[in-house]
Amino acid sequence: MFSLKLQTKVLLPPASLPATLLTGRKTVRVITALWMILICGPAWAVDLSVHYIRVETPTPPTLSNLDPIPDDLGLAGAQTALDDNNTTGKFLGQTYALDITELSPQDDVLGAARAALAETPFLILDAPSDVQLAIADLPEAQDALLFNVSAETPDLRSDACRGNMLHTAPSVSMRTDALAQFFVTRRWTDLAMIFGTYEDDRLFADAMRVSLQKFGISEPAEKEWAFDADMRRNAAQEVPLFTQDLGDYDALIVADEVDDFGRYIPFNTWQARPVAGTEGLTPKVWAPVVEQWGAAQLQSRFTEAHGRDMASKDYAAWAAVRTLGEAVTRTTAADAPTLRAFILSDAFELAGFKGRPLTYRGWNGQLRQPIPLVHSRALVASAPLEGFLHQRNELDTLGLDKPNSNCTAFED
Amino acid sequence: MPLRRFACPLLLSMAVFIATDVQAGEIWVTNEKDDTVSVIDADTLEVIETYETGERPRGITFSKDFSRLYICASDSDTVQVMDPNTGRILHDLPSGEDPEQFVLHPDDRHLYIANEDDAITTVVDTETRQVVAQIDVGIEPEGMAVSPDGKIAITTSETTNMAHWIDTDTKELFANTLVDSRPRHAEFVKDGTQMWVSSEIGGTITVFDVATQAEIAKISFEVDGVHPDRVQPVGFEFTNGDTHAFVALGPSNHVAVVNAETFEVEEYILVGRRVWHMAFNADRSRLFTTNGVSGDVTVIDVASRTPEKSIKVGRFPWGAAFRPKPE
Repeated sequence: MFSLKLQTKVLLPPASLPATLLTGRKTVRVITALWMILICGPAWAVDLSVHYIRVETPTPPTLSNLDPIPDDLGLAGAQTALDDNNTTGKFLGQTYALDITELSPQDDVLGAARAALAETPFLILDAPSDVQLAIADLPEAQDALLFNVSAETPDLRSDACRGNMLHTAPSVSMRTDALAQFFVTRRWTDLAMIFGTYEDDRLFADAMRVSLQKFGISEPAEKEWAFDADMRRNAAQEVPLFTQDLGDYDALIVADEVDDFGRYIPFNTWQARPVAGTEGLTPKVWAPVVEQWGAAQLQSRFTEAHGRDMASKDYAAWAAVRTLGEAVTRTTAADAPTLRAFILSDAFELAGFKGRPLTYRGWNGQLRQPIPLVHSRALVASAPLEGFLHQRNELDTLGLDKPNSNCTAFED
Repeated sequence: MPLRRFACPLLLSMAVFIATDVQAGEIWVTNEKDDTVSVIDADTLEVIETYETGERPRGITFSKDFSRLYICASDSDTVQVMDPNTGRILHDLPSGEDPEQFVLHPDDRHLYIANEDDAITTVVDTETRQVVAQIDVGIEPEGMAVSPDGKIAITTSETTNMAHWIDTDTKELFANTLVDSRPRHAEFVKDGTQMWVSSEIGGTITVFDVATQAEIAKISFEVDGVHPDRVQPVGFEFTNGDTHAFVALGPSNHVAVVNAETFEVEEYILVGRRVWHMAFNADRSRLFTTNGVSGDVTVIDVASRTPEKSIKVGRFPWGAAFRPKPE
């Protein structure tokens, strides 16, 4: 609880701040904290610990090394949310702790999960979907509450859903639906698509096709990217030829989730057309260009603490830990069944710096959230876009709506 | 006789003249993304001056005698003091980092400032220009209020979702009360017996009994044709006698009129896009709302509760304050 305070920086240039004041502040802080514990301790004191399990996924080689993946991707978001929770908690006598286990796929992941579940029922899972399912199916996990912060597989929100697993990562369909809404709004209805050969690329391309159909856009002309040449040297020669036989189109969709070739597509296409998908205009959970709705504050808090921009997985991990914090604050409970019931109820809402309260879908445990459509320099739009209506919640125009999900694990 | 007949209309017209003269005033509006303040003539409804400020001006308030204007220049990490008669910045006050909103204590001397990026409320003496105290509060403090007797100051914290009650004598917290998500603005009303807090994402206003800090009412809003998620209460102000509150509802682009006795919403008034804050003219017959996204100010006729005019100001107008027109 107090270790957090070490991060609080001095606010004013020392010259303008008398030394006594600095001392005074520290004293005030301790007294206030003690006072809060004395007053609130017996009735409200709650300790909650969260265990973050990360299973490294091997990243395939890519053409460029321009954007290295941060080592603390996801973890830094959880840490920021932990700090947020503890700041609130100090006024309520609530403390939060975060444990981290990092594993490689060869390690005994299930053994590590069992050990974590022996300590706390609250796990953050940053792992491939099959690993997450294996953890969710452990007997020890049946009364636990797991948060998926990484896997975007739609199946996890449908046939393969688990009642003990909530998803703060969006399904890839939520992102492709956001892009499809943008195409409809701009009347870019004649599309072409290039997709990579990795599983995640195909997942994105599949979801994109479903989204286009969902919003009444005809099938795109398609090509698979199967080159293995080094595009830093000859993108200018290769890409025009590669895209020449796609014919004419309004926009080119790139499905390159592993960030292999996508960066060489813009400005090199045969037709002078905008690029969208995983390159150009991209649907994301979070990006440095998101600044409205108080997002600038979260961004600067994050950057100050971790020395880099906040990424989508950081946001998903932040949302998971903040979800628990919000539920504990409102219920003063710390047991998984109470918190799960509250999180899935109408009473729950999370202020997620996206302009709307974030809630969970009662039919598959997916966090409802707006999807920013961004390029590297600015926010272009935020889905759901204006005019896409829904009988219940406009956010449910993104991803698997109740009738489209085969999930039954939440029907209790 | 002829003289009397002549004199009466003259006196009458003089009375009218004096009355309008007393009412004459200006509305000062901070333009968050233009680094300026716009000065609107509250009678002609025209922008008469635009002055430069520090970076990202948000909160704005006048000293009691209206001789000084305080401006939260958030990205300059300072509170600026402006001579409103010349538009000249007189000096800066130490404010802590990222000052967003503040409130001037009834002693006309101490500013209570919310430091959004630092989870701190800073108290500054405007005469000695020194920081008097810094008080730890929740994350992203924003809304600031002080009771009419000056004994209690309130800070609301947007991410901690609390109203923090500060004893202004000891400069320490004596209560922390939870409200709905993202509290943005606080006001004491009815001679300081009630304290209202708006929650932007929660979509509510919570009314507290000041003596006990107990919640006595929660006000919800419902705008026809607007999804509840977009109805986001932010700034609010009270009519004469605190009978009604006018509440800015953010991206729903409406201002609600709330009966402060029954806590019922009586009316919704369409204004510009993403309405933030507001200020009344002298007799509170007109209300001026800042509309962030559309970059304008809507003038509302308070009696008829209808929008009268839109006035184009700078980019992303945010705060608003009234002063009587100088001689």
